[in-house]
Amino acid sequence: MGKVVERKKLTWFQELYLPQVVQGLGMTFKQMFKKEITLQYPEERQQFYDDYRGAPGLVKDQEGREKCVSCQLCEYICPPKAIVIKPGEIGGPDNVAETEVNENVEKAPKEFFIDMLRCIYCGYCEEVCPEEAIFMTSMYELNGQTRAELVHDKDRLYEIGGTRVDTIQKWKGK
Amino acid sequence: MSFSEEPLLYIGVNLAKIIIVTHVVLVVCAYAVLAERKVSAWMQDRVGPNRVGYFGLLQPIADALKFFFKEDIVPGHVNKALFVLAPAIALMPSLIVLAVIPIAPPVVVMGHTVPMVIADLDIGILFLFAISSLAVYGVVLAGWASNSKYPLLGGVRASAQMISYELMLGLSVVGIFMATGTLRLMDIVNLQVDGVWNCFYHPIAFIIFVIAAFAETNRLPFDLPEAETELVAGYHTEYGSMKFAMFFIGEYAAMFGFSALVAVLFLGGWDIPFMSSETFASLGNWGAVVGFISFMTKVLAFMFLYIWVRWTIPRFRYDQLMNLGWKVLLPIALVNVIITGLFNLPKGS
Repeated sequence: MGKVVERKKLTWFQELYLPQVVQGLGMTFKQMFKKEITLQYPEERQQFYDDYRGAPGLVKDQEGREKCVSCQLCEYICPPKAIVIKPGEIGGPDNVAETEVNENVEKAPKEFFIDMLRCIYCGYCEEVCPEEAIFMTSMYELNGQTRAELVHDKDRLYEIGGTRVDTIQKWKGK
Repeated sequence: MSFSEEPLLYIGVNLAKIIIVTHVVLVVCAYAVLAERKVSAWMQDRVGPNRVGYFGLLQPIADALKFFFKEDIVPGHVNKALFVLAPAIALMPSLIVLAVIPIAPPVVVMGHTVPMVIADLDIGILFLFAISSLAVYGVVLAGWASNSKYPLLGGVRASAQMISYELMLGLSVVGIFMATGTLRLMDIVNLQVDGVWNCFYHPIAFIIFVIAAFAETNRLPFDLPEAETELVAGYHTEYGSMKFAMFFIGEYAAMFGFSALVAVLFLGGWDIPFMSSETFASLGNWGAVVGFISFMTKVLAFMFLYIWVRWTIPRFRYDQLMNLGWKVLLPIALVNVIITGLFNLPKGS
């Protein structure tokens, strides 16, 4: 048995209906002069917090070196399997490093793909990364003419991530 | 001035009046659509159209172009003749009724006094009600000809609603004619210019007339024929491009017509408080300009009320609509007629 809720009896003033209509009209009239809350999208954009989870991107450190050491933890943890990494070696005949060789680092990604049609923006890759090389950026406008365009390769990922300046300088003095 | 005395001048002046009135009305209709969108946006903390031209002022032109260049689709399952006829019937009465509405004090052209109404009929108000009721045929025929369920439901609702509220509309103004003793809209305005506005003499009739006008023009809170939340788009579900635009213009033209009628019947037409007909006459043709501006101000203010109410009050349920019409407004209108009659007894006898 459901609970029966008695409808409130209206007072005679409320039953007149017209005063209530006038009250409502006053309400909407006041609303007309309030500041609008919409943004003029292409010109104005929403400001995001730092932990907004947009498209993931790879970052370089202060000296422009790639931070990723292609440990493949992100590839492993990625729930929808959007990440594919082909590891490469630094130094030697198959050198993949773009900048000068750092002897402390042995590996760098030869190829790095994130399929944005699969990505669910969970942020696990950022969380799991031991080198802090992958971050969720505030970029949210993803579109392309073909499916291939939405599979971000290494160049595109560095373009999205850019250079991250923070206080940790892992290889300084080493 | 009559046709027999100066045929060419007569035709010229009347053509000029027709062209001016039609164009003013159609431009006002186009911008009423923009106003509707702007006002609704403001009331909902939005911005509204602002891309086409400064402040979105060219939006009506963009809309019109869009309607003109859209493909004119006639669905295969419709009754073609009626389907094409219906939008025209919906639009034309709204424009025809403007013929009897006086818009300004008389103008003097080449020594002739020209009344600023296209057709100064002695039975102006009867003509107006007779023609404006025809608009319901447009809606009903559209519903019938579309040969699909939502338009038909819209059409059925429209016929019931408009026939019911036509009654209150007519009854509410009976009091005015009893008090003024004329059916000519020009005379009614002149009496108000030198006297008191009818909305103070007949406040109850005023309120009933306004409510019935909302129902007659199918505007919220009485837009049951359209009822987009229940009937897709009601009677014009199957329509597109210019035919839909004609329904749309028809709705706004009807809004304009009824706003003008309220201004003429209850708000003194072109009158400005504390100005008599002599003051207007002493200004010469400028008096007509001032009068026209005053008249348009009242009409536009009333059209704003239409828009304002639309974005405030939710739609009535069908039975509530009928209850309000037959059990509330009709008795009040009848009692109002009797009371007005009692007040005017000494005058008549």
